[in-house]
Amino acid sequence: MADAIVVEGLEKSFGDQRVLDGIRFSVARGSIVALLGENGAGKTTTLRILTTVTPADAGRVAVAGHDVASAGREVRRRISATGQNVSVDATLTGAENLELMGELRGLSRRDARVRAQELLERSGLSDAGRKRVRTYSGGMRRRLDLALSMVAPADVVFLDEPTTGLDTRARSALWERVRELAEAGAAVLVTTQYLEEADALADRVLVLHRGRIVAEGTPAELKARMGGATVAVVDGDGAEVDSEGSDGTAAGLRDALARLEARGALGADSVIAVHAATLDDVFRRLTDDDGDEAPR
Amino acid sequence: MNAVLPFTRRAVLHAVRDVETLIESVLLPVVLMLMFVYVFGGALAGRSEAYLDFVVPAVVLVCAGFGAATTAVSVARDMNEGMMDRFRTMDVPRWAPMLGHVLSSVLRNLVATAVVIAVAMLLGYRPGAGPLDWLGLLAAVTMWVLAITSVFAAIGVAARSVEAASGYGFALLFLPYASSAFVPIETMPTWLQGFARHQPMTPVVDTMRAFLGGESPGSSAGVMTVWCAAITLLGLAGAGWAFARRQPRI
Repeated sequence: MADAIVVEGLEKSFGDQRVLDGIRFSVARGSIVALLGENGAGKTTTLRILTTVTPADAGRVAVAGHDVASAGREVRRRISATGQNVSVDATLTGAENLELMGELRGLSRRDARVRAQELLERSGLSDAGRKRVRTYSGGMRRRLDLALSMVAPADVVFLDEPTTGLDTRARSALWERVRELAEAGAAVLVTTQYLEEADALADRVLVLHRGRIVAEGTPAELKARMGGATVAVVDGDGAEVDSEGSDGTAAGLRDALARLEARGALGADSVIAVHAATLDDVFRRLTDDDGDEAPR
Repeated sequence: MNAVLPFTRRAVLHAVRDVETLIESVLLPVVLMLMFVYVFGGALAGRSEAYLDFVVPAVVLVCAGFGAATTAVSVARDMNEGMMDRFRTMDVPRWAPMLGHVLSSVLRNLVATAVVIAVAMLLGYRPGAGPLDWLGLLAAVTMWVLAITSVFAAIGVAARSVEAASGYGFALLFLPYASSAFVPIETMPTWLQGFARHQPMTPVVDTMRAFLGGESPGSSAGVMTVWCAAITLLGLAGAGWAFARRQPRI
């Protein structure tokens, strides 16, 4: 599959703060890639550069076959982006927001109206479509915000923490929509802090930490990289308070327990749980600055 | 240019639905006119009705200022509340959203001007303008609104918040009082007369007053045209500079 996004040696600083430190990745057409990282990891800056909003300091970025630095307009014609903050016009109705976006995307006024109705229905906003957005709840605004980015087909779709503020049902519905976009051939780059989201949605995950990509692979590959099992210390409510990875063998489990004991995480009445490694374990290990994992 | 119509339609919907904008653009000039005519008119011109003839062009001038000031708020809202971030990722000219606000301001101000003149006529005002004079007035109002709206648009782009945009623009609304709009310049202190005579609002209001009275504006029209063109260019250049500074585009 051809790559719709190619990023090589991307660097960006704001003043003395280095936000992106030579990151490199690609996203194939028809695939979903999750950029996973904590607040301040550089996810939004990456997306702003890829969507032509912020210039990079160094590196090369091609989106939909065009260099963002020299052919920004060509890039903008082929992308769709939803930012971290909801960007809807509160004075207009939901339908008017969608119609405006449709016309700006080159649809005729009639086609824009038809498309707006389709998207309102698919977003569960049919009943609210003729009401002003200022009367919408936060979740409704977010759903409208996402619908705005789906008004017209795009080769590359950027979603910056798209499910923030959505309930479980709306989140699942959005994931379904994103999968449909990828099945239709779009490359989707989604940033998220939710490990569950990356695990459920993405074909590949890039773990971004302090401006560097510290791991890359499918969710299964990343979990396998952590070893076969995680040994966890849990509290009375079953919540995990500490953990260690292991290869799943008896010797490995003993070693993991020894490491937990060595740092004082084990008490006489501690409850131990052993489970297969999750993306959560991977993420914690990779972004733990005291951990052994070296940046890629 | 395809983007200008949807953006203008959007800005018009904002103007119609925003009660504060409607009040500031239409109701405030009418209240101002009633106040000047019935509170100050007797003192300034001997009787209220006599002052009405003098003050209507001034209210049209101020009306344009009030209407244009709301543009700063609308542009600042786009710049600071997320919409511009979305537009910047689309193949939309960066100036198109702002131009939509400016064109909406022109339409809104022309309607407000018509309301002011209609209310004045209900109060007894009888303009001596013929058809060509009305066309001249239309051109003068449009030029002035474009000029002052460009300045307010630049303020809206530069302002870091909606509240700041509203505050910065407020200072400009005092300038009409130091011109020939409300009182003859000769009645002002000598030190103020020079400023009042040569500031841009004086030829603008003189031109409007001449057209409404059915008289030739003389050299005022030319001076006004030069001022309006210069202010429009300055406003647009300022908006472009502020935009590039705040949001460098690839």
